[in-house]
Amino acid sequence: MKKRGDKTLYYGLYFLGFVILLYIILYLLNPNSIYKPLNVSLNIFIQIIPVIIMVIVLMGFSNYFLKPKIILKYLGRESGTKGWILAIVFGIVSHGSIYVWYPFLKDLHKQGMKTSLIAVFLYNRAIKIPLLPIMIFYFGIPFVIVLMIYMILASVIEGKVLENINGGSVEDV
Amino acid sequence: MDSRGEKLIDAFYKAILGFSNSLSIILGIILLLGLFKVYVTHDMITSIFTGDLFKDTLLGAILGSILTGNPITSYIIGGELLRDNVSLFAVTSFILSWVTVGLVQLPAEILFLGKRFAITRNLLSFLLSIVISILTVLTLEVVV
Repeated sequence: MKKRGDKTLYYGLYFLGFVILLYIILYLLNPNSIYKPLNVSLNIFIQIIPVIIMVIVLMGFSNYFLKPKIILKYLGRESGTKGWILAIVFGIVSHGSIYVWYPFLKDLHKQGMKTSLIAVFLYNRAIKIPLLPIMIFYFGIPFVIVLMIYMILASVIEGKVLENINGGSVEDV
Repeated sequence: MDSRGEKLIDAFYKAILGFSNSLSIILGIILLLGLFKVYVTHDMITSIFTGDLFKDTLLGAILGSILTGNPITSYIIGGELLRDNVSLFAVTSFILSWVTVGLVQLPAEILFLGKRFAITRNLLSFLLSIVISILTVLTLEVVV
């Protein structure tokens, strides 16, 4: 487990180093060109701080309360329709940037969450209830209703396909 | 302290430790997003569409996959594209792939959830954004 954590840190630092290198190149080309992107990045970071805290709290409580047996029952191989519905609902109600959720999903996966349900969760994150009024404003109610129904169906199709490709096994992610 | 309290502290310690390992990749993505948001403007996006229905739907899906950010931005750009007579097929595939495909986040997804899972999931989401855009517009033409 330590090895996997080290790997995440190792590649993460490489990735961060690459992006910093991009900024350095931009700075060398035009010193003023990086202030705006840095400012935008800072704003994004400030906006996601509450989500990061929420995810850490969720991870903490899930480490404490959710034992592999419970995960397997509700989100694992034996979860059935209940698992699919839970993944859809959790995906829709979850907040914040998608990448903040990856560590939490990795944790749940280690405890037995099915790969198909991870895909369903990630796909349904595209449906954001608080943003629906804005979407309706631009595209109208019929468009939004039809699109949402198709998106939920697509999430299940995507989950099923991924389950078949990965054999539904938790080791294959 | 009783063993329950110790277990709770241990659970949160593990959570913070696990998340701190992810911090460098999250910071990298945020810095990349900053570059995207500043240097890829709405005008640049609108100018790419050609008027060809099939090409535009594909272009919409490709653009939405590359670009990223708050879904509201995709709705605003989508609204502008519709006003510029870009087809609803293209706009739908654009807003769909914007929220379901993430090329910028792909390195993070690969790292946490595995290469095969992340690449297959993003490819499937890309294809589904085209299929759903076609189905949505056709359904609307029948229903409305």
